Amino acid sequence: MTLQIQARLRYGDNFELSVDQVLPLCGVTALFGRSGCGKTTLLRIIAGLERVGDARVQFGEHPWQQGRLFVPLHRRRIGLVFQEPSLLAHLSVRDNLVYGYRRTPAAQRRLHLPEVAAMLGIEALLDRRIDQLSGGERQRISLGRALLISPQLLLLDEPMAALDTQTKRDIMPFLSRMAAESGVPMIMVSHAPDEVARLADRVAFMQAGQIPRVESLHEALARPQSPLFDDAGAASILEGIPGEPEADGVRPFGPPLARLWIPDTQTVGAGQPIRLRVLARDVSLSLDDPHRISIQNHLPVTIERIDPPHQHRIVVACRTNDGQLLLAEVTSRAVSQLGLRPGLSLYALIKSVALLD
Amino acid sequence: MFQLGPAEWQAIGVTVRLCLYTTVILLVLATPLAWWLAQGRSTVRIVVQAIVALPLVLPPTVLGFYLLIVLGPRGLVGETLENIGLRHLAFSFEGILVASVIYSLPFAVQPLTEAFRTLGRRPVEVASSLGAGFWDRFFTVILPLTRGGFLVAATLTFAHTLGEFGVILMLGGSIPGETKVLSVLIYDHAEAMNYGAAHSLSLMLLVFSFVTLFVVYSINRRFEVVRL
Repeated sequence: MTLQIQARLRYGDNFELSVDQVLPLCGVTALFGRSGCGKTTLLRIIAGLERVGDARVQFGEHPWQQGRLFVPLHRRRIGLVFQEPSLLAHLSVRDNLVYGYRRTPAAQRRLHLPEVAAMLGIEALLDRRIDQLSGGERQRISLGRALLISPQLLLLDEPMAALDTQTKRDIMPFLSRMAAESGVPMIMVSHAPDEVARLADRVAFMQAGQIPRVESLHEALARPQSPLFDDAGAASILEGIPGEPEADGVRPFGPPLARLWIPDTQTVGAGQPIRLRVLARDVSLSLDDPHRISIQNHLPVTIERIDPPHQHRIVVACRTNDGQLLLAEVTSRAVSQLGLRPGLSLYALIKSVALLD
Repeated sequence: MFQLGPAEWQAIGVTVRLCLYTTVILLVLATPLAWWLAQGRSTVRIVVQAIVALPLVLPPTVLGFYLLIVLGPRGLVGETLENIGLRHLAFSFEGILVASVIYSLPFAVQPLTEAFRTLGRRPVEVASSLGAGFWDRFFTVILPLTRGGFLVAATLTFAHTLGEFGVILMLGGSIPGETKVLSVLIYDHAEAMNYGAAHSLSLMLLVFSFVTLFVVYSINRRFEVVRL
């Protein structure tokens, strides 16, 4: 299944949206770009909130907009979540949640209140009044409300932009659980690299009203100077399943031949796949496996690519034994002293990892 | 002093009917108009907004004069009605009803426009995404969230129609049971030096108007009754 979008739109003299794109409808697609590049406008065209004359939007087999045909939003079964929670102020939490559920034909209901409430951890909030909820709780209610129409597609317009850092950290696991468990394809507008790295399966880069490329998260992160690298520089994402925590506060992550030890956190249950974000500058390379060293994580890797130097720093892309890409940032001098070259097997020493959860 | 005779009761009946009909008609007409006005500030909207506000500044006699011309037997509307076998609208209840609707238009449109502006488009978009169609959205989201605006619009329209005088006198004259409303009756009483009767009716209107405004302001303290 794919979502096809063709749209051209001029806004005054200095902004033009011009998109002709086919997006796969599975998992999470991040619409990534700077503020004002047209992400929200594109999302509104997909939703049918912005009616652009000659746009064409097709969802799988169903044309949503084509020529004079225009399916209004309330018939598209799209779950919408905005930046600000947008709860209906005259309704209770429960009534907000079931507003769309009640309007969904029984035959199309796949998600029901108890499971959605459990997924988002909002069981205790159901009988509260809206003005008794915090910002993060409101946004979770908005997410639940959108899910309860059993949508064919979920559009999230920077759902965490209005939340503070702590609330954002609290809500992130719920979003990723939602992406994994609901089975609803999601398109998420974002300008935050950490959100994208945490949640997305693929990234549609948007720039000045256009989408120059769509690629998988791993491809996007493997690229030198990827737009997904923020101030902290190049970073890689490792996916794996954590094991049971051990007594000294660490737990294993990943298969034995590419095993990492990560700090134990309460939020992640054993056996659930999670993502780790590793900054390239926190990864050192060593030709042999050092034993008398405090760094716990030594991964055997093979160099796949060495990027051209940038201010005498070089990003070395390595492949782990379980086939994942790990970036290490070293100096030009280190590359020549160690004789680093593609194909060389060596050890990556990882100083710290960030758990994206 | 508060002895109401049959003439008074008849005038009260005409007045209440006029106010009720005007209020109902105006709420129906003003809602879509106010919704459209609340959607932006284009030149066309500013023009329409100015036209809607005209009755606030025009002398009622000007409005009444033009209505008399248009709705009378030689006027565009009046003549058309005569041609299809109906009566023209000058000096009739239907005529002053049309006049009241026009005259009180800003009192219905402005509070509603304000309420819709405050509402914004987000709740409506949310309701659409949750599968609510047009009327469903109107009755389950827009109306409950802007009911203060509707209440203010209805009350002000009713009260303002009650206070109408110049337009009715110009267009409707003073026909008992047809166009003789309270304000006109008070005028007639005063003209006839019948001060006692004029006083009792005047006091009634004064008290009623005060109570109405008091209720409106209590409902919505932020609301400005008339904005030019």
